[in-house]
Amino acid sequence: MGLVHEIDYGTPASKAEKQITLSVDGFTVTVPEGTSIMRASMEAGIAIPKLCATDMVDAFGSCRLCLVEIEGRNGTPSSCTTPVAPGMVVHTQTGRLKDIRRGVMELYISDHPLDCLTCAANGDCELQTQAGVVGLRDVRYGYEGDNHVFKKMDGAENFKWMAKDESNPYFTYDPSKCIVCSRCVRACEEVQGTFALTIEGRGFGSRVSPGMHQPFIDSECVSCGACVQACPTATLTEKSVIQIGQPEHSVVTTCAYCGVGCSFKAEMRGDELVRMVPYKDGKANRGHSCVKGRFAYGYATHKERILNPMIREKITDPWREVSWEEALTHTANEFRRLQYQYGRTAIGGITSSRCTNEETYLVQKLIRQGFLNNNVDTCARVCHSPTGYGLGQTYGTSAGTQDFDSVEDSDVIMVIGANPSAAHPVFASRMKKRIRQGAKLIVLDPRVTETVDSVHAKADYHLPLKPGTNVAVVTSLAHVIVTEGLFDEQFIRERCDWSEFEDYAGFVSDERHSPEQVEKLSGVPAEKIREAARLYATGGNGAIYYGLGVTEHSQGSTTVIAIANLAMLTGNIGRRGVGVNPLRGQNNVQGSCDMGSFPHELPGYRHISGDAVRDIYESLWGVKLDNEPGLRIPNMLDAAVEGTFKGIYIQGEDILQSDPDTKHVSAGLAAMECVVVHDLFLNETARYAHVFLPGSTFLEKDGTFTNAERRINRVRKVMAPKNGFADWEVTQKLAQAMGLNWNYQHPSEIMDEIAQTTPSFAKVSYDYLDKMGSVQWPCNEAAPEGTPIMHIDHFVRGKGKFIRTEYVATDEKTGPRFPLLLTTGRILSQYNVGAQTRRTENVVWHSEDRLEVHPHDAENRGIRDGDWVRLQSRAGETTLRALITDRVSPGVVYTTFHHPDTQANVITTDFSDWATNCPEYKVTAVQVAPSNGPSEWQEEYEDLSQRSRKIATLEAAE
Amino acid sequence: MSMQAASTQIASRATAIIDEMKALEGPLLPILHEIQEEFGHVPAETLPIIAKALNISNAEVHGVVTFYHDYRNHPAGRHVLKVCRAEACQSMGGDAIAAQISQALGIGFHETTKDNSVTLEPVYCLGLCACAPAAMLDGEVIGRLDADKIEEIVQEVRS
Repeated sequence: MGLVHEIDYGTPASKAEKQITLSVDGFTVTVPEGTSIMRASMEAGIAIPKLCATDMVDAFGSCRLCLVEIEGRNGTPSSCTTPVAPGMVVHTQTGRLKDIRRGVMELYISDHPLDCLTCAANGDCELQTQAGVVGLRDVRYGYEGDNHVFKKMDGAENFKWMAKDESNPYFTYDPSKCIVCSRCVRACEEVQGTFALTIEGRGFGSRVSPGMHQPFIDSECVSCGACVQACPTATLTEKSVIQIGQPEHSVVTTCAYCGVGCSFKAEMRGDELVRMVPYKDGKANRGHSCVKGRFAYGYATHKERILNPMIREKITDPWREVSWEEALTHTANEFRRLQYQYGRTAIGGITSSRCTNEETYLVQKLIRQGFLNNNVDTCARVCHSPTGYGLGQTYGTSAGTQDFDSVEDSDVIMVIGANPSAAHPVFASRMKKRIRQGAKLIVLDPRVTETVDSVHAKADYHLPLKPGTNVAVVTSLAHVIVTEGLFDEQFIRERCDWSEFEDYAGFVSDERHSPEQVEKLSGVPAEKIREAARLYATGGNGAIYYGLGVTEHSQGSTTVIAIANLAMLTGNIGRRGVGVNPLRGQNNVQGSCDMGSFPHELPGYRHISGDAVRDIYESLWGVKLDNEPGLRIPNMLDAAVEGTFKGIYIQGEDILQSDPDTKHVSAGLAAMECVVVHDLFLNETARYAHVFLPGSTFLEKDGTFTNAERRINRVRKVMAPKNGFADWEVTQKLAQAMGLNWNYQHPSEIMDEIAQTTPSFAKVSYDYLDKMGSVQWPCNEAAPEGTPIMHIDHFVRGKGKFIRTEYVATDEKTGPRFPLLLTTGRILSQYNVGAQTRRTENVVWHSEDRLEVHPHDAENRGIRDGDWVRLQSRAGETTLRALITDRVSPGVVYTTFHHPDTQANVITTDFSDWATNCPEYKVTAVQVAPSNGPSEWQEEYEDLSQRSRKIATLEAAE
Repeated sequence: MSMQAASTQIASRATAIIDEMKALEGPLLPILHEIQEEFGHVPAETLPIIAKALNISNAEVHGVVTFYHDYRNHPAGRHVLKVCRAEACQSMGGDAIAAQISQALGIGFHETTKDNSVTLEPVYCLGLCACAPAAMLDGEVIGRLDADKIEEIVQEVRS
């Protein structure tokens, strides 16, 4: 198999259209204008020696190894910094160059330890390689005198020597091996955009310094790994490589964390994962990564992972480990019994946005074909269901309009209710790169997030709106655009329904939508709204990116529609650099929606009531499908409490922790007779489970994930499932136990069935994905290479539809008892409910959820930083520690929801989006008061957790 | 004054300087100069304040401060004597002069006398090559250094 080899061209590709032809060592090569000689030469197959150049960062010209001679020019210019010119004649290997390179190399090696055989980078060290390449045979200078290599010189301390920094949990920094090529510093700046590294001092005293000569962990470093990736020596090395050794083969796969869907090379030694390295050909991430995808995979082998199926009669019993056969037969019998006893619709299931498309497809198929009902839903219910509704109504598709590359052409970027720096870090890095090039940034967020005040990419306008006033503010932006005549009339006449526009224009022009009126309820200064609107409408290509701060409201769908209107008004749709883009939270939340996970839709967003669509599946599956939509998650729980819903199959979702109003969820689950949880860990929901089916990780299966840009990426198996079976196999076995005639040998056969039945996937197959790398749906005869940008000449639905967006304040209001508004969010190092990241070293960055309180509100209540506080809403109360900060406005408090003992969702209410039931996580009226420790609920909960997780120990055989 | 009060005071004085100068084009070096002028050195706790105000990272400010020899991370002696060690002065016997100065003050380069009266630093060209060997005491240049002038300098810094 071997390692997947990627060519390093030394400098980034030029995007110029003009082509230049030159000669390199007698070979003719044609490249775009602006290409470096180094890159052109590599294109011709000639690798010029180099150390400080790598194609992820711009040329720097410091190592002096890549010198070349050019006919007609003096001296020996560096090939990385010299652009090609027409007719140029370049020589990369001459006697003069050989001497210079050997001399340079000799100097490098004279301040570098010669411990290659015991060095972690042995076999993967560019310094070692280049020493070989230039033919270094001798180092004349020796190690006497100043050096950075030895701790002691002649018995005395060597003050130039620096100890190894092992503070980061995932990589080490060994200054004695550093050649000060600045690749790490440049990667941190250019690729990641954090600027956490610098070169301190000068001359021979130059050293790489995290922050202000701090350990990595105390510096501004966000542990994205770009520096480790860039380092040509063992100076920055993954601890896993130090422990295990160099990998021997690698497999390209897709990260299983957020909706960016980064491509990685899983570098292996046997079936042991040595490291994850971002893949440069990955079209979503272009060779970049974040701390989660690159390093936080330790959960896959965490000791708490459950590897054997378990059942129990009552949830108060201890778990009993059983065989797969017993677990599946038991489950099938229970489901059949419940249907016989309580009716066909008494059971249902939840598909997972963490599993593959193929697995999701099978779960909904099991429910539709096996359970013979449509009681299937997915966690998108609680995140982006309003996106599906809003974009479907206005444009005709339930997905983002662009690819991530599109941001490279944006001039004005508007981020609404999202904090990509924490939740979609790799996209954030690409966005910040564009902002550093001059694009403008507008952020609508109640908090001063990392996206608002990031270094070198500060928001030009931050509109700190009061939680719950999105519709008012976005509609007010439209008011300014319409009343100031900034709309794109030609675009609207050509692409949208003009009479609907006129109606909408009349609606938004009303004085009640003016920034001056909206200021009163949103708290955003009117002038800021006006200026932001003008900038978006007139600043060039305007792109909108939004997140759960938009959707998780009682008017989530309305805000999505308001955003869609904004893009249509200004003609910002249907080309590169513009568009409306939901930042999807989970690796495959787009895919799980695409695969028919909703109770009213078959795969490809086709309504269940359509006879023609049902026909396709009925003839293939040989059953009659129910033509009425089934139950949504909240409806299932309501029905359970009422006693009409009795059994559920939950694959890879922790609804008890992630869904709103925890007490209601637990009451619903407790009322069921057969709760089947299929997961990696005994998650919170499993406390109410009767059957536990161990799940497999993304490393252990084949499949596909579809990311936020509709990109279908391959997931490839790199190790055998530790639990015995991939999740799709488990679902298949359950279907077989229920009497269904399923016989998939490989996930590719499931994809073939998806392609056969779903027009937007018609051309997708594993062979095709292997050939193309990845494709963005729709991918069919009309768009054989997929669709990076949607709605190019016309909207999918025909004419773009303007819909009125009346602001209706949420019923969740502050008052004397609950005077503060709570909103929730995420942090970079943790992922969602934390089931995975809490089981990795990422906890060093975030070991508990804290409540952010403005100093003013804190002082009124006598709360100091770090104090335990009680957080109370109409729904419930919990306790956590306070963090006093002016990132939140007075009147607003904020927390993350990564830790189960915090139970933020005990607080959140059951208000939800009017169209889709997406819960209103982002607005809860609360009171905060000093407290001594955990609430009664937390104590009870902890107690029940302990009891419900007991696994019976097997009795010793006599 | 308690430690905390002292550091609050440094922060507020630094903030005043930054506010006054951050509108300049390329404001970092002028701000650092002014801070050094104010405190006699660039206190470490001012670096994050500068970084935040200019929307750059702590690392970047640290990189700049450590690059330039003129910025100090701790206060110098009451007087600062910079002796030129560059080529023109060397050719006029600068090395011997430097050694004599060092001996007369009893300290090496980059060191401060125990009584905190003077800090001795090398400098690479004062632009006074015509009057080499040269030095600079507290910002005032002195040309054609010889034993007498060294004695005068020593007297002055000891007084």
